[in-house]
Amino acid sequence: MNVIVKTIEQTTEEILTLAATHFKVPRAGLQASDDFYKKLGIDSLQALELLTRLENHFGVELPDYEVQGVSDFSTLASRIQARL
Amino acid sequence: MNELTNTMDEYKGKSLSWSVADGVIELALDRAPANEIGLAMLEDLERFITMLPALELKASALIIYSKQKAGFSAGADLRELYAQAQKMEMASAVKGVRDFLNRIHAVMNRLDTSPLTTIAAVHGVCFGGGFELALACDLIVADKMARFCFPELRLGIIPCFGGIPRLKRDIGNAVVRDLLLTGRSINATKALAVGLASQVAAEGEALRVARSTAAQTTKFDRTTAAAAKEFIKPLPAEELRREIELFCELFTRPAVMEALLKFVESTDAMPYLP
Repeated sequence: MNVIVKTIEQTTEEILTLAATHFKVPRAGLQASDDFYKKLGIDSLQALELLTRLENHFGVELPDYEVQGVSDFSTLASRIQARL
Repeated sequence: MNELTNTMDEYKGKSLSWSVADGVIELALDRAPANEIGLAMLEDLERFITMLPALELKASALIIYSKQKAGFSAGADLRELYAQAQKMEMASAVKGVRDFLNRIHAVMNRLDTSPLTTIAAVHGVCFGGGFELALACDLIVADKMARFCFPELRLGIIPCFGGIPRLKRDIGNAVVRDLLLTGRSINATKALAVGLASQVAAEGEALRVARSTAAQTTKFDRTTAAAAKEFIKPLPAEELRREIELFCELFTRPAVMEALLKFVESTDAMPYLP
């Protein structure tokens, strides 16, 4: 069976696209290094929603303690990549 | 609708409402911001429980859901708990906590053992006491954006509305320990995989799925359904009593008040989240 593994760049791109779609902001305005709390103007409840959407999208589990303190898309992508 | 127009079949209180139609009772939690369970919610739940014997005569199922966007329920009202505790000596505070817990346990136990088929339609946050309310139901229908969590250990306490005994009754101990000892939240897919939820619904569809499930239960003989439920869902009465004792012991520790103070002073919209 061939296993297709996403690259970190692909994972990051999918996160940015998902965040832009869900929070209704232009995709072009989001960068991997952005602080998503500030850039998207979200609180921790919305961050939890984003976490759930990412888990559903990638089919992974992201324990809260692994993303605690994470505020940029790039680090979020590496946390997800580690579970793909 | 105001208090004067409330009837047995239809009621609107400060924090919830209920109605009965086509053999199904719908109990809607509706207290901003996230259905925190404090005295107001407890009193409304007690009112519902008082009416339940009469309601059970005309229904086959009960659906509990939330009208709040944030989710099913964020759990116990910790701000109220802290404010009440600050007004009195610790011995009086513990007495007040024990009284509250005895009352909420009576509500949960009555829901748990109702002859109706009970369904929690869960969306968004289902944390702490809210999770415990869902666990008192026979079935959990989870919106795919639902999130389940027992964050209590972060505050130096344990779940105290019957959560641990009910979780132990329903799912494997390894998952119980994971949820309890890490305080992490899990999504609907995981909840389904571990046997916590019985169905997952698309976003915004949990209530519709719960209604469809409830309609199915109205086709069965109630005596048989109630007997089947009693047979497979025993109340873990002794463990529930021990949970109250353990909570009251832990509650007296200074670390608990410090953690509650930190929670109360947080400016975050949802400070109980990780």
